[in-house]
Amino acid sequence: MTVREVAAEAYRESAPVLVLSAVGGLFAGVVLGGMDAELERVAGLLVLVPALLATRGNVYGSLGGRLGSALHQGLVDPTLSLEDERVNAAVAASLANGVLVSMLSAVLAVGLLTALGRPSAPLATLVAIALLAGVVSGLVLTVAVVSVVFVGYRRGLNPDTLAGPVVTTTGDVVGVATLLVATRIVLALGGG
Amino acid sequence: MAVYEAQWSVRGIMQRMLPVLVVLTSIELGSGIVLDTFESTLLQYPTLLVLVPVTIGMAGNLGSILAARLSTAVHLGIVSFHPTDDRLAGNAVATVALALTVFPLVGAGAWALQALVGGVRLPFLTVVVVATASGLVLAALAVVVTAVTAYAAYRFELDPDDVVIPVVTNVSDVLGVLVLFGVVRVLV
Repeated sequence: MTVREVAAEAYRESAPVLVLSAVGGLFAGVVLGGMDAELERVAGLLVLVPALLATRGNVYGSLGGRLGSALHQGLVDPTLSLEDERVNAAVAASLANGVLVSMLSAVLAVGLLTALGRPSAPLATLVAIALLAGVVSGLVLTVAVVSVVFVGYRRGLNPDTLAGPVVTTTGDVVGVATLLVATRIVLALGGG
Repeated sequence: MAVYEAQWSVRGIMQRMLPVLVVLTSIELGSGIVLDTFESTLLQYPTLLVLVPVTIGMAGNLGSILAARLSTAVHLGIVSFHPTDDRLAGNAVATVALALTVFPLVGAGAWALQALVGGVRLPFLTVVVVATASGLVLAALAVVVTAVTAYAAYRFELDPDDVVIPVVTNVSDVLGVLVLFGVVRVLV
């Protein structure tokens, strides 16, 4: 293959996914743009944004990959029930990882900001926001990933190529939206 | 069977994933700190805030797509790490072309959406130029980071699928913020 042929093939195969994820990212951005009041009020919240978004992608992208491989190997059935032990274990581990790492991000962010002498909201406020956002986004993304991968597989689509775009398009929107909701709840409960 | 059960136990999955996640999160916090240093500019121009997730996401996506393609090529033994290699050069050209296609649209979309929901304080052209310039620099950096990581994985005989994609995606995320910061500094 010549350089031109390789480039044309790579471009053709990648453009649709990139455009899809750009649309998802823009909607996430609009939510973030509307969060300016909360970002101003909770110092350090913006520090968490890249870490929380990446964690959603890393954790639930890997859940999608794991379920996709398991479907290919015939280890799990593509039916939505709460009785498959492997699916339950994969989901529980992802939720636990997602929530733990989100809370750790909040602790590290406060530590970093304090070390740099920059303003930061109280540790409890940021950890509470990260915990709440981690749990809610985890539940939403689990439902999205499991249902799309299973339903797609039953309809003859390759789950490996489905999980990535689903997580990249929904992950950022769900991540930012749940961060906004969690911040509002924690502020309303008296945090900050 | 025991191996399968360990692979599918909650504890087993967590043990394998957590260390990687902790490292990646620490890297991402670095880009959070950079965002924090230009928070006042971002809050002054919410359109730039709209660009943050999409720039991070697109940088990571450009990197991860290239990484996946190069990893497969390494597995198949059809790539050599030389700038004149057709497959390496072709994928690099495609990455830059994809960035030049998507980022101007992203800039236009960010401006239009912000105009709809909250009004705009930056000219349309400025936002499109900021997005396009960021995209171009990010595409070039994504090519370099991916080629170096894929080559390192190949030299140290690590499975490129395990190493290259997470490293490239998260490094690209951080670069996304850094490049956006630099471009905003110069252009806004």
